[in-house]
Amino acid sequence: MSDRYRDHPDRVRALVEPDRVHRDLYIDPELFALEQEHFFANTWNYVGHESQLPSAGDYLTLEIAGRPLVAVRHDDGSVRVLMNRCAHKGARVVSAPAGNTGRFFRCPYHAWAYNTDGSLRAIPLKSGYDGTRLAECEAAQGLAPVKNVRSHRGFVFAKLSDAGADFESYFGDSLSSIDNLADRSPEGELEITGGCLRFLHACNWKMFVENLNDTMHPMVVHESSAGTAKRMWKDEPADKPKPMAIEQFVPFVSDYKFFDDMGVRVFANGHSYSGVHFSIHSGYSGVVGYEEKMHAAYGAGRSAEIMKIARHNTVYFPSLTIKGAIQSIRVVRPIAVDKTVIESWTFRLKGAPDELLERTITYNRLINSPFSVVGHDDLHSYRAIQKGLHASGNPWVNLQRDFDPAEIGASDLVATGTSEISMRNQYRAWLHYMTETM
Amino acid sequence: MSATTPPPTERELIDFVVREARLLDDKRYQEWLDLWSDDGIYWVPLSPEQSDGIHHNSHLYEDKLLRALRVERLKNPRAHAQQPPSRAQHLLQVPTIERSDAVAQRHVMRSAFHYAEAQGDETIYLVGTVFHHLAVQGGRLVLTMKRVDLLNAEAALPAVQLFI
Repeated sequence: MSDRYRDHPDRVRALVEPDRVHRDLYIDPELFALEQEHFFANTWNYVGHESQLPSAGDYLTLEIAGRPLVAVRHDDGSVRVLMNRCAHKGARVVSAPAGNTGRFFRCPYHAWAYNTDGSLRAIPLKSGYDGTRLAECEAAQGLAPVKNVRSHRGFVFAKLSDAGADFESYFGDSLSSIDNLADRSPEGELEITGGCLRFLHACNWKMFVENLNDTMHPMVVHESSAGTAKRMWKDEPADKPKPMAIEQFVPFVSDYKFFDDMGVRVFANGHSYSGVHFSIHSGYSGVVGYEEKMHAAYGAGRSAEIMKIARHNTVYFPSLTIKGAIQSIRVVRPIAVDKTVIESWTFRLKGAPDELLERTITYNRLINSPFSVVGHDDLHSYRAIQKGLHASGNPWVNLQRDFDPAEIGASDLVATGTSEISMRNQYRAWLHYMTETM
Repeated sequence: MSATTPPPTERELIDFVVREARLLDDKRYQEWLDLWSDDGIYWVPLSPEQSDGIHHNSHLYEDKLLRALRVERLKNPRAHAQQPPSRAQHLLQVPTIERSDAVAQRHVMRSAFHYAEAQGDETIYLVGTVFHHLAVQGGRLVLTMKRVDLLNAEAALPAVQLFI
C-alpha cells in the first residue's frame, strides 16, 4: 500500500472540490485504511437497536472502523459498547453475532472474565501475577469501553474517537426522521424483528450511500424490474386492489418531475433525506385499524402530522440509512475499499396492526435481498463505477447537478429533489472528519 | 383430480424434481412457470428453522405474480445486471421422499444440491437442501412450494440473479 496520503492532509483536501470528488475516494486502498483510522473513528456510527438487547447480558457483535466491538445490556440497564478483545492476549472474546452472556464475558482461551461494563472480574490462578505490574497495565483494565455511546429512540450510536462532534451537534435536526419512525408506533416504540438480510456488495461503501438520495437513477436502473411490474399490471381494472408488491415496485419508475418535486433536505455533517414533500411511499393503501389506533394514542391532529410525513431515505452519515414510512433501515458496514456489507432490518411498530409488519417485510425482501431484482441493477451500477473509475483521462466523479456555491456551509437547506446536493454535502463532511485527526 | 388417478410413483416424483432443475438450467422459464400451482410459493428462507415467510425476512418468497415478474424482467434488454447473461447449473443428489400422503395426493421431496451461477469471469457457488412440495391437480403433479434451505443462509451473500 502506498503512503501518498498518510500524514498529508493537504493531499486529501485536494480530492474534494465543491462540485466533484476524486476517484481515489472510491478505489484507493490507502484512503480506505485512513478512513478506518480517522473518518469512521471520528463520526457517530450506528451500533444497533436497543430492542435487540432487551435483558441484562444480551449482546450483539459488530465492527466499526475495523474494530471488533460487542454491545451489551449491562445490569444497570444501560447499553455498553466494548472492544471485543481480551485484555490478556487479544483474543476476540465473543464470536456469535448475538446472544446472552449472563453476568459476565469469559474468554474462551484462558478464561479471563469480564463484567458487562468491561471491568476485569477474574483471572484463573491469579496468584501468578503477584509481584508483577499487572495493576498498572492495560490488561487490568479489562475490555476497553467505548466512551461515546448514545441512544436516540432506541437507536444506539458510537463514536470511537474523542475527536469529532458531540451527538446533538453531529445529528442536529436530522433526528426528526428517527422520531417519525418511532412515532408511527401508537406506543412510540419500535421492536427490530424478522432477522437481517445481509447483501455483499463488491463496491466501495460510498456508491451505496450516494445512491440513496440519488433520484435521477430509479427510472433508468429499475426500468427492467419496476417498469416490468408496471406493465404487467396496466391492464388490470383500476379498482382491483393492488398486491403490496405492485404498490411498492411501481413508484420506482415515476418520472423525473415526480422525483424533482419530492425535494431533498441536507443537514450539517453529511446527513440528508429526500422526500421532503412526498415520496414513493406516499401512495400506499391504508391499513385497517391503524389510523384509529394512532388517533387514540396521539389525537387526530398529531396523528395526521405523523402520518403525512413519508420521507424516502434519510442518511445518517455515514452508516445508518432509514425509511420511516416503511419502517426499515439499511446499515452500511464497509469491509474493504471495494467490499461492503449492507444489512437490512425491519421493525414492528408496537401496538400497530401486523399488516404493517407484513408490508415492511415485503418491501425489504423485494428491494434489499441478495435475490432482489431491484438490488441487482443497483449493484450493477455500483460495480460499473468501481471498474470504470480505473480509466485514465478523467479522475473526477462529477456531482454538479444543481450546484450553487451558496450551499457551501449551509447547515439546513431544502433543494429540488434531483439535485446532487446530498452527495456534495456528504463529501464536505467526509473531508472534515477524515482530516480532523490527520 | 379424478378419484381413479393412480398415485404418482417414486420415479415420477423424482423425475419432477430433476426436470424442474433442468428447466431452470436450460432457461426454459415459461415451462418452469407452468410447473406451479396457482397458489404455489417459491421460498428461500433466512434460516433453516424459519417457519414464517410473511412476518419474517426471507431472501425470496414469491407467488405467481412475482415469479412471472422475475421471468419477464430477464427478457428486458435493460436488465443491466444481466450483461453478460448469467448461466446456472443445479447438481442434485438423488431426491428422496420426505413425506407422502397418498389420500391427499401430497408429497414432499428432499434433495441436497450444489448450485453454481456464472457470469463472465465470476462464478458463485451455493449449497443446501431443497424441498419440493408436490400435489396432484387436474391429473398432473404441480409444485405448491419449493423451499430452498441454504447452508449459509445467514451469511452476507453476493447477488444471486437466476433461480436457485
